[in-house]
Amino acid sequence: MLFNRYRRGLFITAFLAAPVTLYLVYVISPYIQAFYMAMTDWRGVSATPAFIGLENFVRLLGDEIFWKAVTHNAGLLVLLPLFTIVIALFFAFLLNVGGGGRAVGGIRGSKFYRVVFFFPQVLAVAVVAVLFQQVFRPDGSGMLNAPLMALGAKPIGFLSDPNVAFWSVLGVLVWQAVGFYVVLFSAGLASIPKDMFEAAQIDGAGRLSLFFRITLPLLWDTVQVAWVYLGIIALDVFAIVWVMTDQHGGPDWSTTVMAAEIYRNAFQYFRFGYASALGVVMFLFTVGFAILSLRLTRRERIEY
Amino acid sequence: MPNTPRITRRELLRSAALVPMAGALAACATPAAKPSASSAAPVATSAANPFGVSDSKPLEVWIFDGGFGQDYAKNIHQPLFKSKYPKVEIKHNATKEITKVLQPRFAGGNPPDVIDNSGANAMDFGALAQDGQLQDLTPLLDAPSWDDPGTKVRDTIDQAVIDIGTYDGTFSVLGYVNYIFGIWYSQKAFKDNGWVPPKTWDEFLKLNETIKKSGKMAPFTYAGKFPQYLYEVLLTMAAKIGGNEVLVNIDNLEDGAWKSEAMKTSATAWAEIGAKYLMEGTAGLDHVQTQTAQNKYKVAMLPSGSWLENEQKTTTPPDFEYGMFPVPDFTSSDKMPYGTLHSQPSENFIVPAKGANPQGGMEYLRAMLSKKASGDFSEMVKTVSTVKGAGEGRQLSPGAASATTAYTAAGANIVYYRWQTWYAQLKDEAIAATGQLMTGGLTPDKYLERLQKKADEIKNDSSIKKYKR
Repeated sequence: MLFNRYRRGLFITAFLAAPVTLYLVYVISPYIQAFYMAMTDWRGVSATPAFIGLENFVRLLGDEIFWKAVTHNAGLLVLLPLFTIVIALFFAFLLNVGGGGRAVGGIRGSKFYRVVFFFPQVLAVAVVAVLFQQVFRPDGSGMLNAPLMALGAKPIGFLSDPNVAFWSVLGVLVWQAVGFYVVLFSAGLASIPKDMFEAAQIDGAGRLSLFFRITLPLLWDTVQVAWVYLGIIALDVFAIVWVMTDQHGGPDWSTTVMAAEIYRNAFQYFRFGYASALGVVMFLFTVGFAILSLRLTRRERIEY
Repeated sequence: MPNTPRITRRELLRSAALVPMAGALAACATPAAKPSASSAAPVATSAANPFGVSDSKPLEVWIFDGGFGQDYAKNIHQPLFKSKYPKVEIKHNATKEITKVLQPRFAGGNPPDVIDNSGANAMDFGALAQDGQLQDLTPLLDAPSWDDPGTKVRDTIDQAVIDIGTYDGTFSVLGYVNYIFGIWYSQKAFKDNGWVPPKTWDEFLKLNETIKKSGKMAPFTYAGKFPQYLYEVLLTMAAKIGGNEVLVNIDNLEDGAWKSEAMKTSATAWAEIGAKYLMEGTAGLDHVQTQTAQNKYKVAMLPSGSWLENEQKTTTPPDFEYGMFPVPDFTSSDKMPYGTLHSQPSENFIVPAKGANPQGGMEYLRAMLSKKASGDFSEMVKTVSTVKGAGEGRQLSPGAASATTAYTAAGANIVYYRWQTWYAQLKDEAIAATGQLMTGGLTPDKYLERLQKKADEIKNDSSIKKYKR
């Protein structure tokens, strides 16, 4: 019996050894190194960085641009999930339940729309960023400004006006994320028994009450998952900001985010130690968010 | 369930420790000091081979593949080097991402031998100098020139190259191209419309007004996404008004340097241009878009440097005829005369001190500085190199000719600034703030206040290395 147990243990260990080693070498050890680098003055090219303790963290407290980036991340953390989930729920409802006919089903052409909504998800982020640079162009060749100018209005500096640029970034992020969550919510809706919708319809529920009394409560679990995913996306948004915005997070720092500041400090200012310190702070924020959201989303499931 | 395997976390970790992973962990991202490679016996130096280049060591060259491309290195410099050292194997490489490709090589202790460290993704010279990664190029200056054993290399290049390439008292960066800055226009458009390049600020404002009223094109634009194009003329004009020390003080992070009277006058003047005469949408366009608008005769003038003509060669109409005029006189009591120019050696070549073949690297630079190499280069990329007389007897294009004439006329009245390469953070703040100044988001006072604040911040940050000029 004991021998058997031992053999089983050996068997499992043999299977685990490789992935755990890989995980330690390529995930855990870089983390530890980053924590160490955060306490050095390493500038990326020398072989012997000096240990400076917590100096980088003290400096970071007074770094206005970094804290501006943090507020942008915080704004995205609230707004990105909100807009994305509302829009995605609306579409998913229309595509699956809101058809209005006798049988429960989506509006006409819903299969086609489902594919179209998913398109942005398939495009590479860099492609999306460059695409929207053209969409947002401030002259007659911009897709949004051309009709505005044809109507005689002044062109809007979607990316060049610091009061507008942040909303342009948010818009692109939402545009890119919605399709995936439409699919996610559709899958969630598919797992809700049809009888429920039919029963409600027979009782005379309209589309609105169908949505708020049946769809939303039964989808709540999925919505929570979406919220956590989108929160993580909001915390480590980088490529869209770096590629799309003027001056990588501008104009006038109006769109910069934590990841962009880390990159800027590391690869443009060559302050790898300081950038690692910023990375450690970002890590703490992300872990904090994960713990918080796990706490808040504990809720009883509805069984059906 | 008795058959469930009981494997505790502790046991798992213990077994994991058996896996030989120490070696894998050692090959990680943190820098590791390496023992310096044992060098082979040095080759004897001679007048013809002043650095002792060894035939057996390959030479690895990295070129920034930007506005000038990489053909000049492959077709001009390397054949010339080869003609003297046919046995040396040259490994030519080019990239747009100097930092991404080469920074790990420095950290790993095996950098290449010659680097054209240029472009938006260049490596920070300050960081390299601070870590002793740059080869001292003083021996190159004191070596005989490629063409004439009686002349030292030092005497064949502009003094500014030596001043600007000196970090911590050591000449270690070779600027190969003379960038000449000014306001660029189409000589054809000006001739056709009877417009004349202005000599004073009043004339400049009047010209803007005339062009605006003519309705033919917008008067002025700059690369709105890259406001450094605009602070370039702003600073040059400030130097003209208040003298060269305006820029020297800014470079030296002197207290209140940004808020000097000359800076205020210049910032106010340019903010007026921003408010009244900019092409619509300027703030959201980049350099290529604005320059192409100029090629299409949609805008008359823009500030740029002598690389412009080469950069725009595919979109410029054949009869466009680029011209450049210097920043106009603000008043008759300007400290520096009309024709004062901002000119700065650029396209910076370095030889890594810890590379395998620094002797070969320096010899490569010496070849680059020969009459033939620099002249062929000037002709090929339509830009004047920092080698004295490189453009003599060569066919220069209209823009290059115009810039060269202005440069000759300026004589000793050349200004430059270095804070933007020394303090990258200050550069980014100046870019952000200048954009706001030109679009009305900041008043000239607030603008200078912001830059002063950033400069003071850098001055008080012990982790940032300070420079003086």
